[in-house]
Amino acid sequence: MAQTQAKDTDGPQLSARNIHKSFGSIEVLKGISVDAYNHDVISILGASGSGKSTFLRCLNFLESPTEGEVALDGEVVRTRRNRAHQLEPSDRRQIERFRTRVSMVFQGFNLWSHMTVLENVMEASVHVLGVPRQEARDTAAALLERVGLGERMQYYPAHLSGGQQQRAAIARALAVDPEVILFDEPTSALDPELVGEVLNVMKGLAEEGRTMIVVTHEMGFARDVSNRVIFLEQGKIEEDGTPDEVMTNPQSDRFRQFLARSRD
Amino acid sequence: MENVMAYSPFLIRGVGVTVALSLCSILLAVALGLLGAAAKLSGSGWARRIAGLYTTIVRGVPDLVVMLLLYFGGQVLLNQIGAMTGWWKYIELNQFIAGVIAIGFIFGAYMSETFRGAYMSIPKGMIEAGISVGMTRTTLFWRVIWPQLVRYALPGFTNNWLTLMKTTALVSVIGLEDIVYNGFAAGRATREPFTFMLIALLVYLILTILSDTGLRALERRYTRGVVRGV
Repeated sequence: MAQTQAKDTDGPQLSARNIHKSFGSIEVLKGISVDAYNHDVISILGASGSGKSTFLRCLNFLESPTEGEVALDGEVVRTRRNRAHQLEPSDRRQIERFRTRVSMVFQGFNLWSHMTVLENVMEASVHVLGVPRQEARDTAAALLERVGLGERMQYYPAHLSGGQQQRAAIARALAVDPEVILFDEPTSALDPELVGEVLNVMKGLAEEGRTMIVVTHEMGFARDVSNRVIFLEQGKIEEDGTPDEVMTNPQSDRFRQFLARSRD
Repeated sequence: MENVMAYSPFLIRGVGVTVALSLCSILLAVALGLLGAAAKLSGSGWARRIAGLYTTIVRGVPDLVVMLLLYFGGQVLLNQIGAMTGWWKYIELNQFIAGVIAIGFIFGAYMSETFRGAYMSIPKGMIEAGISVGMTRTTLFWRVIWPQLVRYALPGFTNNWLTLMKTTALVSVIGLEDIVYNGFAAGRATREPFTFMLIALLVYLILTILSDTGLRALERRYTRGVVRGV
């Protein structure tokens, strides 16, 4: 179900202004601005190379943008220019706090292989937020129960299927109780039959009102779960609107072609 | 046999020197290795060049030459500096310290390659995951990078350690009374060189077996969660 936007706050929760990113002479992002309001579920679509993952990674400064500004609840992330002329966070404390409030789910899961699933989910609570161990453990166990991994808590990531690993990674992202969750192609590395279980978990999060920004190729998810769809093409926003507006009546030819190609 | 019994305290002292020398040297080698690896992986061109030069020199020069150079050359150098600055009169470089510095210096170069390779084997995504949940650099290092680094560095580390232990035999040349030196001395005194060299050989073998057992336990600990044979 699509959520209605901006119920209990006025300003945007996560706001990106005019994000540019160049790798050498290649400009991957050409000025992208997105505001995510509370309870928004934004799907970002685009062909490979359109810059959608790069944009998402600029939002938590895993990638240093060349230009632009990111703010959470109106607080702008302070940056300085590094030797490569990119903007990197200048205030470590601030960016670290920011990252605990904006967590991320990766395409390749990126679970820590030397920790059990339970330890993975507890890690940030204990070692970043300083939550007491027992409390962190209870929270982690409850989250794993919720994503259907109650029986697998003591397993190491290598002993789980891709779908299970990604669900564990989602539980890990939830453990810090973030305001916004970024998903970077969360189902692209999965076997087709495992995609559904991950999408279901994500749908559940959307229904409980989590603010999510999802880079994806899943048209069904974009149409049915998100309340806003953005289509990126060559580093620019080509389409931006509700799924109904955008997907049933696309304005740009490129998006029409993209939709046609995605159908098969 | 009674000769062996009579010389056993003398031999045990030698074993002690070999073990102490090995442990001190490996500590220095690990420290230099981590430094060297950090330099090689750093963004600074100068740091990379210096670290590269260090490895190239050590790889290209026989261990014995480095050791003699450090022991005799180091002593001359130290005293020339002392004479020039007037800060100290005359220092005699302790053989043990010279040995530790020489072996630590040599194996630090090998270790830097081991650690560099290990760091590069760590899946980048795990580090990004740590950054993305807001870990500080220290937390990221101890909670994510170090356990992975140890895991990937252990096989190389084991090789370096076993070679290092055997390389300590070279210090007998600068007169340090390790098991080889003392074994050789006892062998000459009793005219049973074969017996005493055999004992030295057994000592190295036992030390190797002990290390192997210990390192295997460490490896089990640091390869938790790894699917074998994949």
